[in-house]
Amino acid sequence: MSTDLEAVTRLVIETLAANPKVTKTVTGETVIVDDLGLDSLAVMNFVMEIEDKLDVSVPLDRLADIRTINDLARCLAELKAVA
Amino acid sequence: MSILAKFSALAEARESLQHVGRDPFRLVIEQALSATEGVIDGQPVLLFGTNNYLGLSQDPACLAASAEAVREHGSGTTGSRIANGTYGLHGRLEAELADFYGRRSCMVFTTGYQANLGMLSVLAGKDDTLLIDADSHASIYDGCRLSQAQVVRFRHNDPDDLYKRLRRLGDTPGSKLVVTEGIYSMLGDSAPLAEIAAVKRETGAYLLVDEAHSFGVLGETGRGLAEAAGVEADVDFIVGTFSKSLGSVGGYCVSDHPGFDILRVTCRPYMFTASLPPAVIASTRAALARLRESPELRQHLWTNAHRLHAGLRAAGFEVGPQVSPIVSVAMPDIPAAVAFWNQLLARGIYVNLSLPPATPDERPLLRSSVTASHKPEQVDAAIAAFVATAEALGLQQPALVD
Repeated sequence: MSTDLEAVTRLVIETLAANPKVTKTVTGETVIVDDLGLDSLAVMNFVMEIEDKLDVSVPLDRLADIRTINDLARCLAELKAVA
Repeated sequence: MSILAKFSALAEARESLQHVGRDPFRLVIEQALSATEGVIDGQPVLLFGTNNYLGLSQDPACLAASAEAVREHGSGTTGSRIANGTYGLHGRLEAELADFYGRRSCMVFTTGYQANLGMLSVLAGKDDTLLIDADSHASIYDGCRLSQAQVVRFRHNDPDDLYKRLRRLGDTPGSKLVVTEGIYSMLGDSAPLAEIAAVKRETGAYLLVDEAHSFGVLGETGRGLAEAAGVEADVDFIVGTFSKSLGSVGGYCVSDHPGFDILRVTCRPYMFTASLPPAVIASTRAALARLRESPELRQHLWTNAHRLHAGLRAAGFEVGPQVSPIVSVAMPDIPAAVAFWNQLLARGIYVNLSLPPATPDERPLLRSSVTASHKPEQVDAAIAAFVATAEALGLQQPALVD
């Protein structure tokens, strides 16, 4: 599980780094909205990219509770584990 | 810290728009002279930013019906549908809408927003899943929030992505409700409804279509995209509004579901708000009758839609992917969009300024819409104003298609 979480965290950070709107260095502690300046739509669209890579869907109610990259990675890893 | 401090970044962004010109969010239409002409800041303008698709907001028969109803039944019902606000008029409008759609049942809501809020929240309970198009209107997103269901977003107008997400749900218990719109309000594009209906059939999901912008606009009789796509039997719930083609205000849902009536005592946005006033019900009924008996209104609308879309496209503007009564022009950035919008207004053309994140991609839009009432020369005047403004701002090419 921890390896999966690490791999998912890496995938999230790599995907964000490739996003032209993101100019700052992204770490696990990065707060997605406040630190990266993404609006709600940009966050949902970015999550869609990751969903395809992992073949999971993140329900919007779960997304509402996510603040940091680590939160997102944990959520994705959990969804992937039960998929 | 102020309770409004959380909006300080937005307030700053809004303040910065003041330097470019008039604040689009403080615009006041002082008078609507007709379906196509109004007065803004004491100046006459051509209205190309309404949703008055059939031009019925100023229809003499609708106005007369409304005036008669207010005298006969009073200015308001002072109550909710479930307690003390159901008049005979509400029942008659519901029966007429059900008849128009050939459906068993209809419920009328006080606004279109509440119709989506009510239907999504009441249909999808905590063990169910809502699957909504990514570009859905705010009322659909808010309906999702009010429901306790799991909410999954699929890529805009992408039946394959919808299918993939339904497959991912596997044998998750509970009902699945797919939500799409007939015409999307920002770009005027339609859902590929036949393909979405096929996915719905294959997966055993339910389908709700919001025909807010397509009611009175699409389909042989004006019933919307479900009629135009020939899949009415696959659409379990149709939601719509009176505030566009019917020129008043209010929302509705029609369905053939045999148990539909239970929603009258379970749907909170239906139950706990004042019902529509008699004058609104009366003009809405008259407008529905006009829609049914005057298909030429729809023909005029489409003639104008083609004229505006083709004219702007020929002038080099980047317009939406499909011809529709909504014709949106993409702008390179917010300052350019605000400046363009201001200059159009100075030239006597009122359109809507749509800014991200309300727009589908990162770019702002100048959103125009035509009505059945526009005359060809009014449409041509709007196109000429777009061209002159682009030249004045030195924007002839940047925002444009090849």
